[in-house]
Amino acid sequence: MENNLLLQINNISVVYSDVIQILKAVSMDVRKSQIVSLLGSNGAGKTTTLKAISGLLKPENGKVTEGTIDYGGHNVQNSAPETITRLGIIQVMEGRQAFKYLTVEENLRVGTATRWGKPYKKDLEMVYHYFAPLVARKSSLAGYCSGGELQMLVIGRALMAQPRLLLLDEPSLGLAPLLVKEIFEIIKRINEEQGTTLMLVEQNANMALQIAHFGYVMENGKIVLEGDAKDLRENPDVKEFYLGVAASGTIKSYKDVKAYKRRKRWL
Amino acid sequence: MEFFFQIVITGLSLGFLYALAALGFVMIFKSSSVLNFAHGGLMAIGAFLFLVLSAWARLPIWLAFLLTLIGSFSLGFIIERFFLRPLIGEALIEVIMLTLGLFYMIKGLLLFIFGGDLYSYPDFLPPVLTFHWGGIEVTGVYVATFIIGLIFLGLFGFFFKYSSQGIYMRSVADNQPAAMALGVHVRRVFALSWAIAALVAAMSGIVLGIINGINVHEVSDIGLKVFPVVILGGLDSIGGAVLGGIIIGLLETFTGGYISTGLREVIPYIALIIILLIKPYGLFGLVEIERV
Ligand SMILES: Nc1ncnc2c1ncn2[C@@H]1O[C@H](COP(=O)(O)OP(=O)(O)OP(=O)(O)O)[C@@H](O)[C@H]1O
Ligand SMILES: [Mg+2]
Repeated sequence: MENNLLLQINNISVVYSDVIQILKAVSMDVRKSQIVSLLGSNGAGKTTTLKAISGLLKPENGKVTEGTIDYGGHNVQNSAPETITRLGIIQVMEGRQAFKYLTVEENLRVGTATRWGKPYKKDLEMVYHYFAPLVARKSSLAGYCSGGELQMLVIGRALMAQPRLLLLDEPSLGLAPLLVKEIFEIIKRINEEQGTTLMLVEQNANMALQIAHFGYVMENGKIVLEGDAKDLRENPDVKEFYLGVAASGTIKSYKDVKAYKRRKRWL
Repeated sequence: MEFFFQIVITGLSLGFLYALAALGFVMIFKSSSVLNFAHGGLMAIGAFLFLVLSAWARLPIWLAFLLTLIGSFSLGFIIERFFLRPLIGEALIEVIMLTLGLFYMIKGLLLFIFGGDLYSYPDFLPPVLTFHWGGIEVTGVYVATFIIGLIFLGLFGFFFKYSSQGIYMRSVADNQPAAMALGVHVRRVFALSWAIAALVAAMSGIVLGIINGINVHEVSDIGLKVFPVVILGGLDSIGGAVLGGIIIGLLETFTGGYISTGLREVIPYIALIIILLIKPYGLFGLVEIERV
């Protein structure tokens, strides 16, 4: 393993309930201190990829049936989440899964589960420093927070674990554009200032490719495209399907047909 | 008026006893959604363990108490590890059958060893506990129950509210996948909730023994009393368990004191049915937070 690689996914296949194959021969590299973005439309298998890394497939009866996931010398495919989190991989699940009946600060404290008994005051300060709006909500129940506050809360909660690899699943989902921009800026700062390696799953390719160093595009459980983020931003297919920029002017029915053909080629 | 106060105080201490009993039941349900029908059995084990250690082995009371708590805590761990864990992910009915089976196994075992006789603990309560105020006299057992209940409910409240382990336990009850993603050891939380539940069950068993003396049938059947209490309070609410316990305790002593002693035993169940008809999720059950 190249020594600036933090995570190497080698040809993994993932199967749910022993029969439903979702990922087919997926390979990805994640370099230390980089932001790697994983793009793809609904049902492509992005969340499944993150769960394969974090061990959260297990409770869903999913399994890595082929290939390996190498994380800093450990083979972590099919390990339990208790083990994987303690190696420094923390996943922020899609849908802002806060603990509704815990206060904001209690939510943050759950983030210390991997290092129970160690001091955490400094980490709390760090989280409040990045996510200033949380300070005012410290002692209110997370269930009553707004969507933006919740997104900050779940990212902040993951930071409390002092992760080396942070997996973010669609942090922009359902948030107002300004807020998305703010959150992506914070993600970028966390990467630069804390040196945290990030894997960012997004449908908002535009934002994701602006802060990412490298990107992968996934369709139907396969990686169909990969490259430096700046190259992907210029790639005509990515532009058309993920950045919402048509190659030229208005979209006519002919173009739609063509687009469909191009899409097919990726599968 | 004096009679009234006496009834309030005995009702409150009885209420604390029920609250303690219900607390363990609610903890297990909250963390792992298991309805523990063996709860009365755990109470009985605690009560008889204390009897053996204090009256038969003649250990100092504090030591007997401590050993009983440690023993019950470990027993809770063992039960989770060997009986419940293999059933994780199985249908609810299987888990319920298992806890029912455990209950009858424990009861049968205790009947085999101790028979159906009534035992009582050595009289260890200092006489100063008996409480005189004007013409009111509240006997030491009720005062002791009151104090023990207050101390332990306070301790548990503190544990769940402020300690990291308590917060991890609540996080599992709240959103298990999210807790797992943060590295909370969910199976360990299940085991810990069984251990703590067995510990509080033992404690309430002892308290019950102090008030009424102990008898296998009586102690294990009072485990049934937790149902009106937790249904009143809401199955998933620890605060509700405490309030539910106090309400049932007061209801019993007031019915016994002013209406008839015969009705006293029945009234919790009558209340249970009425409440189920009006508020199926309990008076203090969690109100689902809709906004997200
Ligand atoms: N537990 C499961 N059992 C069976 N199939 C599943 C399970 N979870 C996901 N799938 C299927 O796997 C496929 C990929 O799902 P996944 O959640 O990984 O997609 P995604 O790329 O994250 O999509 P989205 O952008 O909508 O979140 C979908 O077809 C989904 O129905
Ligand atoms: Mg997804």
